Amino acid sequence: MTRLSLHDVCVNIPIYNADTRSLKNTLFKRAVGGALRQARGNRHFVRALDNVSLSFHTGDRVALIGHNGAGKSTLLRVMGEIYEPVTGHVERTGSLAPIFDVALGFDMESTGRDNIMLRGMYLGHSAARMHAQFEEIAEFTELGEYLAMPLRTYSAGMLMRLAFAVSTAITPDILLMDEWFGVGDAEFIQKAEKRIDSMLAHAGIVILATHDAALARRVCSKAAWLEGGRVRAFGPIDDILFAYEAASAA
Amino acid sequence: MLSTASGIRNGVDTEDARAPAPRPSQWMRALADIASGAGAIHLWGKLGWLDIAQRYRRSAIGPFWLTISMGVMIVSMGALFAGLFKTDIHDYLPFIAISFILWGFIASAVTEGCTAFIAADALIKQSNLPLSLHVFRGVWRNLIILAHNSVIFALLAVYFRMTPSWTWLLAPVGAAFIAVNAVWAGLLLGALSARFRDVPQIAASIMQVFFFLTPIIWQPALVPDRTYILDYNPFYHFLEIVRTPLLGQMPALASWAAVLAMTFSGGAASIAFFALTRRRIAYWV
Repeated sequence: MTRLSLHDVCVNIPIYNADTRSLKNTLFKRAVGGALRQARGNRHFVRALDNVSLSFHTGDRVALIGHNGAGKSTLLRVMGEIYEPVTGHVERTGSLAPIFDVALGFDMESTGRDNIMLRGMYLGHSAARMHAQFEEIAEFTELGEYLAMPLRTYSAGMLMRLAFAVSTAITPDILLMDEWFGVGDAEFIQKAEKRIDSMLAHAGIVILATHDAALARRVCSKAAWLEGGRVRAFGPIDDILFAYEAASAA
Repeated sequence: MLSTASGIRNGVDTEDARAPAPRPSQWMRALADIASGAGAIHLWGKLGWLDIAQRYRRSAIGPFWLTISMGVMIVSMGALFAGLFKTDIHDYLPFIAISFILWGFIASAVTEGCTAFIAADALIKQSNLPLSLHVFRGVWRNLIILAHNSVIFALLAVYFRMTPSWTWLLAPVGAAFIAVNAVWAGLLLGALSARFRDVPQIAASIMQVFFFLTPIIWQPALVPDRTYILDYNPFYHFLEIVRTPLLGQMPALASWAAVLAMTFSGGAASIAFFALTRRRIAYWV
């Protein structure tokens, strides 16, 4: 049983190097971003998440939607145990894989082969497990002999193939994604989509932050609409997207 | 709007007053972070090597450039200062060689410890790796460099026909203690620097001063009547527990006592500080 729940989560992002004091009043009413607050003295912070409570269970495919700065990425980082909330807490059962930057930790001077191993370790897999998975990953990339070449010789598309193949090789219980993979050429996209579908089918919970409504409809069954760091609505994807689009159009 | 912010009392790092962080759990989380960071040896082991390989990629002798440049400096400085101090080069060159090699490790441990988290900002913000991993990576990288530079001492030992002494066995033990201290210093300075970006600059200046205050170029015997200059210098004791055994003598018990005291008090202080700051580091970098 996979479960992920947030209880009254608040997150403040401190701002240390901006004197936003004089801008305070103008910034308070904006369409985008969280509420700017002022603490004692001259220091400021953004309340990026404000009393967020959400609960996800096995089988949930959730799209996080909202304006830029609504708190989607912050919420993902809280769920990914990167940001620890100021107040409130997160409960989780099941393994976790935050995939926020597919090319994270690639070493451009190392070979494709080495980078597959390295990236796997960044995702928390043991060397033995990566050795076992290696052939399958290598095959999926279709990079062949290029895997013995340093990464700096790769084209952007080849890099994406490699990143995609490693990141999706092992399915976690809870998958967190910030935007979709942008993958290579048309033929590879088809293959990639099949792979994602099978990954999604095996993962217990999928949380995807996206601005792409069509994608959200295709992949997700639920949506959480964030606005100014608060959950404005959470429910079936079609209802939420309908309300969101209506609000955006107005 | 500000009424909802009533819990904010302590400035921006608002540990909200409504629900103070449960302390024991922060302790446990800090310890768990350090344990799993240390446990990810396959990752920081590889990353440490990659850091070095990256600097010397496509050069024919790779990281041995470190050894060569250090070696050239030691021999030229050794010849110069042996003349200036009117000391026998047979005694002086091994002394300055060990001093420079160790100081290279200690100084980088401090300055790179300061940037342990700042330099890993992308990894910290995009993945849920234990934070202490970045510290282990840095210490390991510098240990690899130390190992490369140790070749210089080996060559000098052969050239000057130094008689191997059983005290040499103490040197790796001493080096291990320096490495452990580098880990706590990295945790402490890394967290402090992530929040206060002036700390790396301050630390670099302080290390510059200590380079001259510590008997690295000059021998400790030069200050017989002003030993407080040595006794209160932590870096002196770190150097002593490795250098003296390699020169065939037993280090003073006081040096060992000082190192042990620093290891335990520094370790405890840095774990406490890490327990307080760990949850904020991702916000700071």
